[in-house]
Amino acid sequence: MFKKTCLSLMAVLFLAVFTMSAGAQTLEILTWKGYAPKVLVEKFKKETGIDVKVTFTNNEEMIAKLRATRGAGFDLAQPSQDRIASVQAKYKIYQAMDFAKINKGQIIASMLKAVKDSTMVNGSPHAVPFCWGTSGLVINKKMAPNASDYTDLLNPKYNGRISYRLKRPTLIALGFALGDNPFAKYSDVSAYKALMDKVSGELIKNKGLVKNYWSNGDALLQLMRSGEVFVAMAWDNGGWKLHEENPDIDFVAPKSGALGWIDTFAIPAKAKNVDGAYKWINFMLKPENAAVFTNLEKYGTASNGATKLTDKKVRGNFERSFPQADIDNIKWYPPVPAKLESIEGKILDKVKASK
Amino acid sequence: MKQQNIRWGLVIFITPMLLWLLLLIVLPQLDMLFMAVRAENDLGEMGFSLINFKTFFFEPIYWRTFARTATFAIFVTFLTFVITLPVAFYITKVVSPKFQGFLAVLILMPFWVSELVRVYGWMILLRESGFINHFLVKFHILDKPVEMLYNDATMIMGLVYTSMLFMLVPLLSVLESLDNSLIEAAYDLGANMWTILIKIIIPHSMPGIVSGSIVVFMLTLGNYLTPNLMGGKNGLWFTEQIYNQFIASFNWNQGSAFGFLLLILSSVIIWVGLKLSKQKLGQVMQ
Repeated sequence: MFKKTCLSLMAVLFLAVFTMSAGAQTLEILTWKGYAPKVLVEKFKKETGIDVKVTFTNNEEMIAKLRATRGAGFDLAQPSQDRIASVQAKYKIYQAMDFAKINKGQIIASMLKAVKDSTMVNGSPHAVPFCWGTSGLVINKKMAPNASDYTDLLNPKYNGRISYRLKRPTLIALGFALGDNPFAKYSDVSAYKALMDKVSGELIKNKGLVKNYWSNGDALLQLMRSGEVFVAMAWDNGGWKLHEENPDIDFVAPKSGALGWIDTFAIPAKAKNVDGAYKWINFMLKPENAAVFTNLEKYGTASNGATKLTDKKVRGNFERSFPQADIDNIKWYPPVPAKLESIEGKILDKVKASK
Repeated sequence: MKQQNIRWGLVIFITPMLLWLLLLIVLPQLDMLFMAVRAENDLGEMGFSLINFKTFFFEPIYWRTFARTATFAIFVTFLTFVITLPVAFYITKVVSPKFQGFLAVLILMPFWVSELVRVYGWMILLRESGFINHFLVKFHILDKPVEMLYNDATMIMGLVYTSMLFMLVPLLSVLESLDNSLIEAAYDLGANMWTILIKIIIPHSMPGIVSGSIVVFMLTLGNYLTPNLMGGKNGLWFTEQIYNQFIASFNWNQGSAFGFLLLILSSVIIWVGLKLSKQKLGQVMQ
């Protein structure tokens, strides 16, 4: 019995090694759900012969995974632009971008410059922009016609019909909604902590109103779709996806400002298929491919000229939810300095532990 | 010559096990201990420090979460035992031997799918717009649907459901060895059901109860999925706190200290349990 197990184990190991060496032309991407649509993965395979393998994750897990292997195991990662500089300075998990290999004409110049500046470590930038979007409110307008700001996440009127993520964007959003500016306090640890304590006090006081803290985007969409949740803090594209199914539900840019993020391409320090990674970056930012991505996922793109190729409906989403004043009011995340994460981590634990 | 052969055989067969123990259990634990006793000082330099352990004992939120998790785990273990003992007794003693295997397989069946799928199954049944609410409203038992998820009772139910098999298997094997004539004799001497349960069945099955309890307790204490998904906003489990330290706060040293404390404190609880039930670990695990 034991011998048999040993033999089969060896066979499995052998097979694993064999398949790994046989599929040398693969590209391992660590990314968010929806960032590597199947159609584009297939098209890329046809054009270059490279197999794309995708692992879904989020900002925090991305950093933890790459930190555990010191930047090995993946050829490309897609962290948000504000979560790169301090992480890179401390753990050195990415390599500097070689801009000679990037087709810069394809990228919106202002966005490229913003990402270059915010990911500058030791004089070289570590990322190029891929897509952007905002966090704000997704609202069932039939049930909650007056919800218009993050403070409605604490509004007793919607008792049991509220959902948000127990993550840093929620803390920051409420910081803005309470009339403060968390980004301005990034550099002052004790002032930032005081503000976060104030925010967590509100969250704890009103915890009874919350249906659930969502952690999976699809699960939140299901909660909104079934009418179990009326007011949620979520990404704009989720609200727009629901709007197609049910016109009552839509994304609303909150009065105190939607939170703007840019997700990027960054190459891990010990990536094996670096050439493949650059090929994928250039492929994904090509206007016709970027348009396919935006049509599917409704995220804004960093690709220059892709917007003209997107569906009218997708452009309509943006015009409906973002009048000019709301665009000007978007709060873009500045790079997160070290130390803040541990303050936020403890505060989030406290909120979850409270009754 | 023959002696030598046997030794080589032993070496070949024992090496994978030793490697397994060393590489996958001993070394990672040592690495974790090493990480747990290091911390960053104000200048951002790493150095030896016991601050991570101190944080656990002096920050109420952490030890309270642990105490809550341990209390729930003990309660779940007890509840699993209370529910499983009659089932095990029924399968081994009451039902005809023809159906014994069939019933055991029925209990095993849910474990053919992963825990995640089982938990989501429960969520589909119990959610506000879910299956059970739909029928309760349709048959006018409820006026409007109620939220059954995201509270402690649901979480405990999920945990008990997940752990039942691990209590049932040891109970089946100890009850199988219980001589039926003992129970008959007790009835002849005028004992009632409760006396038989307390004086004969439970003492006889003690080794099975204790080994089942240890497994259920450890699985429940170390569970992450069920408390997180079914307990929802109120289900902070100690494992989640370890995850948060590693992932959200980037503080691997604190996370390692928590992991190590979980190992030590749960071992202490099991040791106390063994002392109280007067069982020896060696016997229980046979």
